[in-house]
Amino acid sequence: MTAILEVRNLSKSFRSLKAVDDISFAIPKGACFGLLGPNGAGKTTTIEMVEGITSPSSGEIYYKGKPRDNSFLEETGIQFQSTSLMDYLRTREVLALFARFYANSTPIEALIELCQLEDFLDTYATRLSGGQRQRLLLAVALINDPEILFLDEPTTGLDPQSRRHFWSLIRTIKARGKTVLLTTHYMEEAELLCDQLIIMDKGNIIAEGSPQSLLRQHFKDSYICLNREDLDDDLASLGSRVEVREDGIAIATSNVEKTLAELVALNINLRSLRVRNPSLDDLFLKLTGHHLRE
Amino acid sequence: MRRILALWMARNREYYRDKGSLFWSFIATPFIVIVLAVAFSSENEEIFRAGLLIDSASDGAYTHPFGEETAIGLVEYTDRQEALRRVQFHQLDILLTTQQPPRYWVNTESAKGRLLEKLLLARQQTETTSPPQPDWQKQEVSGKKIRYIDWVIPGILAMNMMFSGLWGIGYVIVRYRKNGVLKRLQATPLRAWEFLISQGLSRLGIMLAVTVIVFLVCHLFIGFMMAGSYLLLLLIAIIGNLSIISISLLMAARTASEELANGLLNLISFPMLLLSELWFSLDDAPNWLQQLSQLLPLTHLVSAARGVMLEGAGILQVAPQLLALVGMTAVFITLAGLLFRWHD
Repeated sequence: MTAILEVRNLSKSFRSLKAVDDISFAIPKGACFGLLGPNGAGKTTTIEMVEGITSPSSGEIYYKGKPRDNSFLEETGIQFQSTSLMDYLRTREVLALFARFYANSTPIEALIELCQLEDFLDTYATRLSGGQRQRLLLAVALINDPEILFLDEPTTGLDPQSRRHFWSLIRTIKARGKTVLLTTHYMEEAELLCDQLIIMDKGNIIAEGSPQSLLRQHFKDSYICLNREDLDDDLASLGSRVEVREDGIAIATSNVEKTLAELVALNINLRSLRVRNPSLDDLFLKLTGHHLRE
Repeated sequence: MRRILALWMARNREYYRDKGSLFWSFIATPFIVIVLAVAFSSENEEIFRAGLLIDSASDGAYTHPFGEETAIGLVEYTDRQEALRRVQFHQLDILLTTQQPPRYWVNTESAKGRLLEKLLLARQQTETTSPPQPDWQKQEVSGKKIRYIDWVIPGILAMNMMFSGLWGIGYVIVRYRKNGVLKRLQATPLRAWEFLISQGLSRLGIMLAVTVIVFLVCHLFIGFMMAGSYLLLLLIAIIGNLSIISISLLMAARTASEELANGLLNLISFPMLLLSELWFSLDDAPNWLQQLSQLLPLTHLVSAARGVMLEGAGILQVAPQLLALVGMTAVFITLAGLLFRWHD
């Protein structure tokens, strides 16, 4: 697979703060590539350097094997984490305006259908709901039929229904063969959408690969979870596999049946018992000692 | 070009959909003009104004021709042409000089001038006056009276242009930088100069339309003086407007906070409001203040517009002001282009 975008030794410092510290990665054509990490990990700084909005302190960025030139902006679509649109322009007018900026643009009607903008075509862009605004901004990002789409935390602040709606949209776009670079701090978003991801913390890449391979690589165990108040303190026999978390106790095990039998033998109240597979959040906790969402 | 046109259209749309700015442009300004016209329509100027033409070398060494105790204001002039113009337009009731031979100028069409003339000659015949009065020689000037409203109209129109240009461009760009609209535009192939030109042209067109309409409406209802060429006045309006727009673009080149922008715009507009002779003449003001006012584009805009409207000045007479405006515009727009950043 050839890389449509490649980043080498990219760094960015803001005065004494090193926001991004010498990271490298390559995005295969047609992939959905995720940057996962907590707030302040350097995701937005990284994606904005790649977009050309922020200039790097050092490092190189290659688009289709060459340094970015004028064609880069013609062939990319960008959705920022937070942007407003002009006051007093209606949805349809915003699309028409942005379409004029590009040499080639997608027919607006097709975009309206894809992003489901029909209900608020004549509404002022400043009066849209969060989910409607994100869909309009996505349509703006797609207006030049881009080869690569940059999405910076596209579902932050959306209600669960709008978020799921947005995810199905992204999957439709992926199915059309577009390359997507996505930042998020929602692990379920990364697991659901990304073919490949890098996990960032404090400006560094701490893990990379597909979500499944990352989990396989770092976890052999499943988790048995119990509420804290159902337990006595007598879990010493289960050894170091017990992790105390804010939402309860997680016992890592490679043999669920055996551990359950041990718990039964300990005569513990099992009414809150859940068995689950490790998630990217578990991985992040394991790698950094803190949660993704803090 | 296509991009500029699209943005220009979008900006125009935003303008006419914003009811607030429409109100200010079309309702508030004519309202101010009409209030002023009514307020100053009666002849209620309480004092007489006399001018004294002096030699700059001998300034200070003169006595008040009417006596210090009188309520007759005395203004010094060194420029004879300028002083005579004031007599011509009834801004001065009489002009005197003690340079040899001692002379005075009155406007034959001014009642107040004739009154002061009688007063002056009466003092001459009074033996008790000391020091003795010179033997005044009479010179005549004639010219139609300029009412305050005639004089102030160019000032009001220019003020409207200034506020609309400064806030309509600068403040909007700063807001768009702060809320991310500029960043969104930066992520397209749009270039900075295309953006700046479209914003400037949109505001220029809007302001010309507003100014022409307000001008015509006021002309219809008040009938102020318009002695010169309409075409030249339009040219002055365009160049003056561009100078205001370029200052505004410079202010907005990097500013990312609306509070700071507001402060800066006030800092720019207040000196012009006070020192550009919009509402009152700076004749009586100290010299340094008059010099300072020459640095403000609005001073040149208003002075050129008054020249055309009140005195029927041609393009050669207003060329110095036009050149000053063009020069300022070139400097401000270049700096604005060099300093511009899409985001902070």
